[in-house]
Amino acid sequence: MAELLQFVFSGLTVGAIYALVGLGFTLIYNASDIINFAQGEFVMLGGMTTVFLAAAGLPLPVAALIAIAVTTGVGLALHRLAIEPARGSSPVALIMITIGASIFLRGSAQIVFDKRFHSLPPLFGNDPIHFGGATILPQSLVVLAGAAVIVVLLWLFIERTVLGKAVVATAANRLAARLIGINTRRIVDFSFAVSAAIGAVAGILIAPITLTSYDVGTLLALKGFAAAMLGGIGSAGGAVVGGLLLGMIEAFTAGYISSNYKDAVAFLIILIVLVAMPQGLFGRAKIERV
Amino acid sequence: MRALQHITLAASLGLVTLFGAGHQASAQIKIGSILAVTGPASFLGDPEKKTLQIYVDEINAKGGVNGQKLELTVYDDAANANKARTFATRLVEEDKVVAVIGPSTTGSTLAIMPVFEDAHIPLISLAGAVQIIRPVRKWVFKTPHTDTMACEKIFADLKRRHLTQVALISGTGGFGKSMSSECHKVAGKVGIKIMTEETYGPRDSDMTPQLTKIRDTPGVQAVVNPGFGQGPAIVTRNYRQVGIKVPLYESHGVCSKQYIKLAGAAADGVRLPCAALLIADKLPANDPQKPVVVNYARTFQKATGQPVSTFGGHAYDGLMILVDAMKRAKSSDPAKVRDAIEQTKGYIGTGGIVNMSPTDHLGLTLSAFHMLEIKGGDWTLVPGT
Repeated sequence: MAELLQFVFSGLTVGAIYALVGLGFTLIYNASDIINFAQGEFVMLGGMTTVFLAAAGLPLPVAALIAIAVTTGVGLALHRLAIEPARGSSPVALIMITIGASIFLRGSAQIVFDKRFHSLPPLFGNDPIHFGGATILPQSLVVLAGAAVIVVLLWLFIERTVLGKAVVATAANRLAARLIGINTRRIVDFSFAVSAAIGAVAGILIAPITLTSYDVGTLLALKGFAAAMLGGIGSAGGAVVGGLLLGMIEAFTAGYISSNYKDAVAFLIILIVLVAMPQGLFGRAKIERV
Repeated sequence: MRALQHITLAASLGLVTLFGAGHQASAQIKIGSILAVTGPASFLGDPEKKTLQIYVDEINAKGGVNGQKLELTVYDDAANANKARTFATRLVEEDKVVAVIGPSTTGSTLAIMPVFEDAHIPLISLAGAVQIIRPVRKWVFKTPHTDTMACEKIFADLKRRHLTQVALISGTGGFGKSMSSECHKVAGKVGIKIMTEETYGPRDSDMTPQLTKIRDTPGVQAVVNPGFGQGPAIVTRNYRQVGIKVPLYESHGVCSKQYIKLAGAAADGVRLPCAALLIADKLPANDPQKPVVVNYARTFQKATGQPVSTFGGHAYDGLMILVDAMKRAKSSDPAKVRDAIEQTKGYIGTGGIVNMSPTDHLGLTLSAFHMLEIKGGDWTLVPGT
C-alpha cells in the first residue's frame, strides 16, 4: 500500500512537471495553429535566468520576476522577428521556424550562461512530507498548484474576457476575425508573450526538482508536448490531465513492470489513445460552419 | 660590375640560407585534438580544451619542445561520432599532425581509432571505456581511469565494510550502461552479489519508484549508482526522500563540487572513487601527486575562474605524456613518439602514476583512485583506502 502510494506521488511529481510544460503549448496553438517547439527553451530561459540573476546577488523573487519578463520579451521577439515575417506560410513551415528558434536559443544559452547543471532552492524546504508510509516533496505540490492556477486563469481568460474570445476567433478564421475589427497580429503577439511567460513560470517552479541547464528544454518540451497531445492540444485542462496521466503511467510502469520500459509504455499508450481519439482526450473536433 | 653581381648573388644566397635555417629552427610540431566542446558532453570537452590551450601556450612560452613550438588544432565534434570521424581524417590528411589528443567520449574514440591505426599516428584518448585499450591497439592510448577500475574500487570498499549484497541503479546513457555491465562482470570475481538492478533515463526528474523497489528488496546492504550528469544528484535526493538507510556509492562520473551542490544535504555520507585532483589540498604532504595536482588546480582556476574537474586533468595528463615522450624520443616523428609513449614510466599526473607497457596503454593501478566520503558538503578521504 505504501508502495502504491509512493508510485502515485512520483506520478504526481513528474506529471505536474509535464502538465506545467504542456500548458505552454495551449495558447499559441489556440491563437495561431502553430505548435511552438521553442516552448522548452522558454522553460529553460525561465530557470536559467533566475539561477544566474540570483547568483549575481538579486533576491530570488526579484530574479524570478525579471526572468519571466526576459522570457516574455524573447517570446515576443520570436513572433515579431521569425514567425510574423513568414506569415502566410503553411503551419508546417512555421513549426520548422520554431524548431530553428529552439536550436538558436539553446546555442545562445550555452554561450550566455554556461554548460553546467544548476538548481534553485525549493519554496518550502527539502524535507519530504510523510503520508501513509510514502513521501512527497513540498515542491511537487507547488508545481501542482502552479499548474492548477494557470489552468483556471487560462480558462477564465478564454471563456470570460473579450480578448480571450478574440484569441479564439483569430484561431478559427484569421480573415473573418480581421474583418470584424480584431487586430490579429496583436493577438498572436499576445499569445506568444503569455506562452513564454507560462514557460518561464514552469521553468522556475520545476528547477528545484528537475535541476536546470541550457539543454533542459528539449526533452521537457517533448514530454510536455506528448502530454498536451494526449489531453487534446489547445485544451488547458486537457494538458494537465494528459501530463498527470503520462506521469502516472511512467511511475507505475517503473514500479510494477520495469524502469527499462517506462518511456516505451508511456508512448505506446499515447499512440493507442491518438489512434482511437485523434483529437486527444479533451480536444474539440474542429467544426466548420457554413 | 661583374664583381658587384657576384657579391649580390652571394649575399642573397646567404640570406636564403639564413632564412632557411631560421625557418627550420622555428618549425612547429603540429598536434591535433578532437573534443566535445559543445553538445551533451560539453562538460567534458570544455575544460579539456581550456586545459590544452593553457598548457600549450605555457610550453611554447618556455621555448617549446625540443626547440620547436607546438601548434595545436582543436576540432569540436559535439560528442558526435560521425563528425569525429570527419575531423580525424582532416587531421591526418590536411593538417598532417604528428599526434592527436582526444576525443572526449567513448563513442567518438571507438569510431576514429581505425583512422589512426591506418595512418600510424599516436592517439591519446580522454574517454573512459575499457574497450579503448582492451585489446591493446598499437597506436591508441588513454589517460582516464576505466569504469572497471571504479567498480573494483567500490567493491573493495564494500568488502572492507563486510557488505556483499548490493543493488544497482544505473543511468541508461552510455556511461551508466558501460559501467553497469563492467560492475556485473567484476562482481562475480570479487564475491559481490547483485540483488537487483533498476535504471533511469538521462533526463528523468524523479527516481522514487525505482528506489522504493530497491528499498523493499530484502537483503540489499548497499546501493551503487553508475551514471553521470544530473541523474545521480536526483538519485541521491530521492534516496534520502524514500528513506533508504544502507550506504550509497556514486561513480567517478560525478567527481565534481557541482554534484555536492546539486544534491545538497542529501549527499552527506555518500562514498565515491575519485582521482587525487579533487582533493588536492587534502592530500598528505608526502603524496607524490600533491605538487602536480595543486599546481594544475591553481593554474586552471586562475586562467578560467572555474573549479577544476577531473576531465580537464585527463587532458593535462594526455598533453604532458605526449610532450614527455617527444622529449625522450628527441623527435616528433610519429613512430618514435609512439614508442616513447609506450615506455612512459613513473609519470606523475593528475590521474595517478602512469606506467605504460606494450600490454597496458593506460598504465594506472587501483591506487590512482581515492575512496572519498562526503561530509558536511565537502570531500573527505576514507582512511585506509
